[in-house]
Amino acid sequence: MKAKGIVHKYGDNVDTDVIIPARYLNTADHKELASHCMEDIDIDFVKKVKTGDIMVAHENFGCGSSREHAPIAIKASGISCVIAATFARIFYRNAINIGLPIIECREASEKIEAGDEVEIDFESGVITNVTKGESYQGQAFPEFLINIINKGGLLNSLK
Amino acid sequence: MGMTMTQKILAAHAGLDEVKAGQLIMADLDFVLGNDITSPVAINEFNKAGFTEVFDKEKVTMVMDHFAPNKDIKAATQCKQCRDFCGAQSITHFYDVGRMGIEHALLPEQGLVGPGDCIIGADSHTCTYGALGAFSTGVGSTDMCAGMAKGKAWFKVPSAIKFNIVGKLPKYSAAKDVILHIIGMIGVDGALYRSMEFMGEGLKNLTMEDRLCMANMAIEAGAKNGIFAVDEVTLAYVKDRFKREVRVFEADADAEYDEEYTIDLSKIKPTVAFPHLPENAKTFDEIGEVKIDQSVIGSCTNGRIEDLRAAAEVLKGKKIADSVRCIVIPATQDIYMQAMEEGLLKIFIEAGCAVSTPTCGPCLGGYMGILAKGERSVATTNRNFVGRMGHPESEVYLASPYVAAASAITGKLSQPSEVM
Ligand code: SF4
Repeated sequence: MKAKGIVHKYGDNVDTDVIIPARYLNTADHKELASHCMEDIDIDFVKKVKTGDIMVAHENFGCGSSREHAPIAIKASGISCVIAATFARIFYRNAINIGLPIIECREASEKIEAGDEVEIDFESGVITNVTKGESYQGQAFPEFLINIINKGGLLNSLK
Repeated sequence: MGMTMTQKILAAHAGLDEVKAGQLIMADLDFVLGNDITSPVAINEFNKAGFTEVFDKEKVTMVMDHFAPNKDIKAATQCKQCRDFCGAQSITHFYDVGRMGIEHALLPEQGLVGPGDCIIGADSHTCTYGALGAFSTGVGSTDMCAGMAKGKAWFKVPSAIKFNIVGKLPKYSAAKDVILHIIGMIGVDGALYRSMEFMGEGLKNLTMEDRLCMANMAIEAGAKNGIFAVDEVTLAYVKDRFKREVRVFEADADAEYDEEYTIDLSKIKPTVAFPHLPENAKTFDEIGEVKIDQSVIGSCTNGRIEDLRAAAEVLKGKKIADSVRCIVIPATQDIYMQAMEEGLLKIFIEAGCAVSTPTCGPCLGGYMGILAKGERSVATTNRNFVGRMGHPESEVYLASPYVAAASAITGKLSQPSEVM
């Protein structure tokens, strides 16, 4: 399984309130959530994002609330993978549980710039920066989690 | 090698003699929580996955607190979905308007969670119940759904940071100041993926409400959970409330901690976390003149009776500044009633405050105190992210009830000693 797309780049501590502001949490509709994704820090994100694109950020991505609406909004906006140096833990498990691929890689988070074209191989954890001709080794998922992802998310894995 | 308090609780719930940091386990749950925002997502997943029954109708709760009393039609629809689901599943602990309170104040108060429990909640501040000596952590709606259906959740066993508490808080310093000080010291990702374990001789000087306030904000340091050693204060608190068996777990003497800090309560001063992160903690010697438009006293962090007493002590016989709106929100119905009986509500209303029925309301920028562009609020809440209480260009300053009340009087960030 691979993802390939253009990068949208953000900084440290991107919190769930900017990923999807609480004022929009009165709905669980995926499309509606996606239409407000990132709007408090990047008002143009929704207009720019194309299916398959990749989000890259620095430390502690997804900190703050446990709202699953955050990874849902990102996934529904078309993003195929989020790369960060570190993720906040609830966001990390929510992303896995709903099937949004995420990968931790400090080097990638430092070197990749907005607009780069990037390819990710989930099995090996290798991230290739097509634009810059570089590659970085990300953290591959432990087997326990690959099992959840392969079965299509937590709920299917429990059946 | 010994285990931390958290590791011992997790091992017991996974049916294992021993667990190690980093190990992935499947644990049995004692209690599963959702609210009016996160439960609808979990219910949709529950139905989609084809589950028909919750694992235990006594051990699942839904609390309508975030946008309730319903702030708009969409919020009403979400609450209705929860109400219908809980009705159909005969869930015992469904808390609707009039009975509900803010979930993290309500569950300990009602004795639904207690020492030794393993709890998940689809709300990040579920870490609050660590105050009681439970392992309790926030998860998303899919985890909540799996927990409701199977009574289980997966965890990566965390390592821990130890906080050795000594001394006693000075007058007008509060538990909120302690936790803001700690987050300021270690940062918003200082405890990422890890437990924060609080112990030491100074614990006896922290009331259960102090502990609930501190454990509540463990997530603001990125922690998986915050947990307090169980002592007489804990046992006295749960004695007539908690119906299940009290299980006391202690960290082993040789438990390994990644880091250890000593926190001397006697050195803690009134503290304010500046926008837009809880780690931007400053004491008043570092704070110039910061005018405020609003003061919010409430939330799962500081909406308990002791918090209201603290605010009332400062506001008694005084008026808030003409330029300020002060909103007081008792966190539960019982607290509301108690505040009424003690005459606190009268003090607030005479001072010029608005007093609301329990709700999360402004804490997450829902309703009941939304800020306009450029406005500033001091708040006893736990997050001051961009746009948290309204307009993306508004600001939230986190502080204790003493500071929030004093600031309401002066119209600028103030410590209680300025008005007392
Ligand atoms: S009071 Fe605020 S932090 Fe607490 S549960 Fe409600 S919205 Fe969350």
